[in-house]
Amino acid sequence: MTDVNKISTTQLTAKDFASDQEVKWCPGCGNYSILAQIQRVSPSLGVKKEDFVWVSGIGCSSRFPYYMDTYGIHGIHGRAPAIASGVKIARPELSVWMATGDGDLLSIGGNHFIHICRRNVGVKMILFNNKIYGLTKGQYSPTSEQGKKTKSTPYGSVDYPFNPAMISIGAGVTFYARTIDREPKHMQEMIAKASEHHGTALIEVYQNCNIFNDGAFASLTDKETKADNVLILEDGKPMVFGKDRDKGIKLDGTTPMVIDLNDGVHSINDVWVHKEYDPYGHNAFILAEFTDNEDLPVPIGIFRRFEKPTYEELLVGQIERIQEKKKVTSFEKLIGEGNVWTVE
Amino acid sequence: MADIQLVKVEDVTVRFAGDSGDGMQLTGLQFSTSSAIAGNDLNTLPDYPAEIRAPAGSLHGVSGFQIRFSSGESPTHGDNPDVLVAMNPAALKVNLKDLKRDATILVNESSFDNKNLSLAKYETNPLDDGSLKGYNVLRVPMTKAVMNALEGVNISLKDKERCKNFFALGIMFWMYSRPIEPTIDWIENKFRNKPELMTANKKALMAGYHYSEMTELFTTRFYLEPYKLPAGNYKNVTGNEAVALGMVAASWKSNLPLFLGSYPITPASEILHELSSFKHFGVKTFQAEDEIASIAACIGAAFAGNLALTTTSGPGLALKMEAVGLGVMTELPIVIVDVQRGGPSTGLPTKTEQGDLLQALYGRNGEAPVCVLAAATPVDCFYMAYEASRIAVKYMTPVILLTNGYLAQGSEPFRIPSEDELPDFKVEFRTEEEGFFPYLRDENLARPWAIPGTPGLEHRIGGLEKANITGNVNYSPENHEFMVKLRDQKIKNIAKEAPKLEVRGEQKGDLLVLGWGSTYGAITEAVNRIMARGLKISQVHLRYINPIHPDLGDILKKFKRVLIPEINLGQMATVIRSKYLIDVVQFNRIQGLPIKASEIEEKILNMLGVKK
Repeated sequence: MTDVNKISTTQLTAKDFASDQEVKWCPGCGNYSILAQIQRVSPSLGVKKEDFVWVSGIGCSSRFPYYMDTYGIHGIHGRAPAIASGVKIARPELSVWMATGDGDLLSIGGNHFIHICRRNVGVKMILFNNKIYGLTKGQYSPTSEQGKKTKSTPYGSVDYPFNPAMISIGAGVTFYARTIDREPKHMQEMIAKASEHHGTALIEVYQNCNIFNDGAFASLTDKETKADNVLILEDGKPMVFGKDRDKGIKLDGTTPMVIDLNDGVHSINDVWVHKEYDPYGHNAFILAEFTDNEDLPVPIGIFRRFEKPTYEELLVGQIERIQEKKKVTSFEKLIGEGNVWTVE
Repeated sequence: MADIQLVKVEDVTVRFAGDSGDGMQLTGLQFSTSSAIAGNDLNTLPDYPAEIRAPAGSLHGVSGFQIRFSSGESPTHGDNPDVLVAMNPAALKVNLKDLKRDATILVNESSFDNKNLSLAKYETNPLDDGSLKGYNVLRVPMTKAVMNALEGVNISLKDKERCKNFFALGIMFWMYSRPIEPTIDWIENKFRNKPELMTANKKALMAGYHYSEMTELFTTRFYLEPYKLPAGNYKNVTGNEAVALGMVAASWKSNLPLFLGSYPITPASEILHELSSFKHFGVKTFQAEDEIASIAACIGAAFAGNLALTTTSGPGLALKMEAVGLGVMTELPIVIVDVQRGGPSTGLPTKTEQGDLLQALYGRNGEAPVCVLAAATPVDCFYMAYEASRIAVKYMTPVILLTNGYLAQGSEPFRIPSEDELPDFKVEFRTEEEGFFPYLRDENLARPWAIPGTPGLEHRIGGLEKANITGNVNYSPENHEFMVKLRDQKIKNIAKEAPKLEVRGEQKGDLLVLGWGSTYGAITEAVNRIMARGLKISQVHLRYINPIHPDLGDILKKFKRVLIPEINLGQMATVIRSKYLIDVVQFNRIQGLPIKASEIEEKILNMLGVKK
C-alpha cells in the first residue's frame, strides 16, 4: 500500500491550495511563513488535491485548516492526533496532515501525541512551537524555558520544559525533523520529506510569536548569530557549522562537543557524520539533547527517519488475511453465527 | 431407585452462585443454552463482583447467574429464585434473602467446612442449625462426588475439583429435564486439544446427572412445555452482543464500513470484544488510548465516510462529551452507546442504573441537542443500535443510545431477522460539485455528507460557530441564534421517525405506568399481574427519548395519574414534568439492581387502593 496516490498534479499552484477565507493571524506572525511554504509545496507532493485532509486542535496554529483549500477538520483542544488517526485508519489512501501547537500537542494533547507516535499511524504532524500560549493571550507553555515570566507566571515559571524531539523519539516516532519559520527553503524540504515518509512524521517548526514571545528564536534567525547557533543536519555529511564553517561536532563516547577545525588538533575526520536512518534512536536522542545544552548549536533537519509497517496497513492486512479464510456468505449467517436453533 | 414424581411447571427461576472462580457464569450460560434449545422463553442476568478474583470463600467474592425459563413469556429474569445452587457457604449467605420462602436450595455440602463457614461469617453451620427451616434443602457432597467420579482421570486434584460446577449443572439438567447434549458438544469443542480435561468435564456432568437419578435425595423431577416462539432461527444474545450485531446489520444495509473507536470499560467492553471478532466483515476496531481519543477517532472516521461507533459507560460518556459537542457542531453521524452503570464517579461498575439520562440529554456545554434513544430489552438493543445508526446518518447528528448493565449482561432468545425485515438504509455521499456548500440543508435540515477524495468538494468543518449553507466561521449574534435554533429543529424533526406508541391495557383511564429503557420487562410483568386481577391499568414504554415520541402528549392527557418507575432519583419524571406540565408519581430504586416486577406491582396496588 502506498501512502498517497502518486499522480501528476503539477498543473496546480500554491494558489489552488489557498481557501477563500481571510487569514486572521497577527501581522508578523511566524504562522504566515508555515502556511506559505505548505501551500507552495503541496502541488508537488504527488497527492491529488481532494485526497489531502488537514486536521487541527485548538490554538493559533489550529486555525490552519480554514486557510487550506483541502478537506479539513478544526477539532477540539489536544485531540487532533486522535481525529487524524480516525481519518487515516478509516481511509488509509488519504494524505492526512495535522497542524498543532506546543500547548495543543504537548500539554492537553500529550496522551494522544505519544500514542500516535507509538502506533505509527501515517499522519504528518506540523508542530508550531512558539513556546507560549498565544490564543489565550500569553501564558507559559510546556515548552517555555524555566523561569519564563508570563501573565500566569509573574515571578517566573518553576516547571521544566518538555523536549518535543525527546518525547516523540522516545514514543517511537519514525520521522522527526526540525525547522524554523524563517528558513523557507529548509522548511519546504522538510515538508516534502515528511510527505514521502511512510508512517508518522513530526516536523517541529520553531515559530516566532511576535506578540507574546517575540524573539524566542532570535539567536537562530538573526543574520549575525544564526550561523554560529544553528547546525544544519544533512544525511551522510559531517556536522559542521559556523559562519566560517570552522566548527564541528565530535562525539566523545556518547557525549557531543564542539571542536575547532582550525585549532591544529582536530580535522574534518573527527567530526560526527549524520545518519538519518536510526531505528534505535541512538543518534537522534543525542541530537535531541542539544537543545538543552547551551554549549551546543541547535540542530535543524531530519534527526531520525526509518520505516516500519504503519498501524493502518497492519490493520488492513489483518482484515484481508481473515477475509481470505472466513468468507461472509449471507446476512443471516453473518448475524446468526453461534449456537443457533430453529423454531418451526 | 427412588420413587420419582414427574411434575409439570410453567415458570422457574434458578440462581447459580459460587466463588468468582467457580465458573458460575459459564454454568449459567450452559443452562440457558440448554433451556433455549428445550424451547422455553428465557431471560438471564449475571451478577458478579467488580474484583476479578476476590479471595476464595469470602462474601464479596460471590458470583451469581440467574436464569428464568418458562413455557409462557419471560419478560424479566425473575424477581425471586425458586432454586438456589450454592457452591459454598458464602454463596448461600449472600443469596438467601432473595429466595422464595419455599425455595429449593441445592448446596455443595463438601464446602461447608469450618474454614468456609468462618469466611462466610457463619458461627454455626446453617445446614444443621435449623436456620433454613421452610426451604427444601438438598445436601450434595459435590466435591467429594466429583473426586470419586474422576478417579483415574489423569489431571491434577485441583483441576478435578474445578469440575464440580459441571456436576452441579448435571443435577440441574436432570431436575428440570433439560437436554444435556448441547453442553457435551460445548465441552468437546472447548477442550478438543486437551483430551483429559474433556473427559473430566464430561464425566463430572454425567456424574451429576446420574447422581440425581440414583440417590433418594431427589423425589421430584420437573418438566416444562415449550414456549411457542414465532418460527425462525434463534440464538441467545446479551444486550451487548445485540448492540454489536445491530451495528453490523446497519453496516451491511447501508454499505458503510463500520468503525468502532472504544476504550475498555465495564460493563460495555463486550461490544468491543464482539465487534473485534467481525474482521471478516471488514469491521475496523480501534482500541484507543482513552475515552476521548475513541470518540475523536470516530469524528475523523465519520468525516472520512465510515459508520462510526463509540461504546462506553457513564464515566466514559462524561469524558466524551466535549467531542459529542464537536459532533453536534460539525454535524457528523456518530453513534454513542452508553451502557449505564451505578454512579456517580466509579460507582458500582458491574451494577445497573438509569442514572445517565440527564447526562445524555443535557450534559454538554452550550445548546447541544442530540438524538437520545433507549433500548428496552437485550434483543431490542439490536434494533435500537440499527435505528441509532440510521438516524445518525439520515440527520447527520450524533445519537446516544442508552442501554445499561442489566440489558448488556442479560440475555434472551433473538430471532435472527432477514435483511429485508430491517428498515431501508440507503446512503448517498454528495458528489455533485455544482451548487455544493458544506452546510446546505435537505428537507430534514440535514447537511450533505461529502467525503475526502471527492474532487471539487473540498471543505472545512470545525467547532467554531458556522454560517448556515456556506459553513464559514461566523461570529455574528443573529447567526448564532439562528444556528442554535436550526440545530435544535433538526433534532426535533427526528420525531417523525418514532413509531406510534402502543398503549397496553386501557386506552384511557386512571393509571398509566410510563417506562423507558431496561424497566420494560419488570413493568410489563407487573402490569400483567394487575390485569390478571381484573384491575384497570395501562402501560406505555418510551424508546425515543429525544425527541420524545410525538404522540405521548395526547396519551398522557387521557390518564388521571402517571407512574414512572426508574432506577434513578426521577430523571425521566423531571423530563415529563417539564415538558408536559403534569405531575407524575415517581417510583425509584437505586440499588445497582434491576427493579423487580413485584415492587412495581405493589406500588400499583397501593396506588389503586388494593391490598396485596
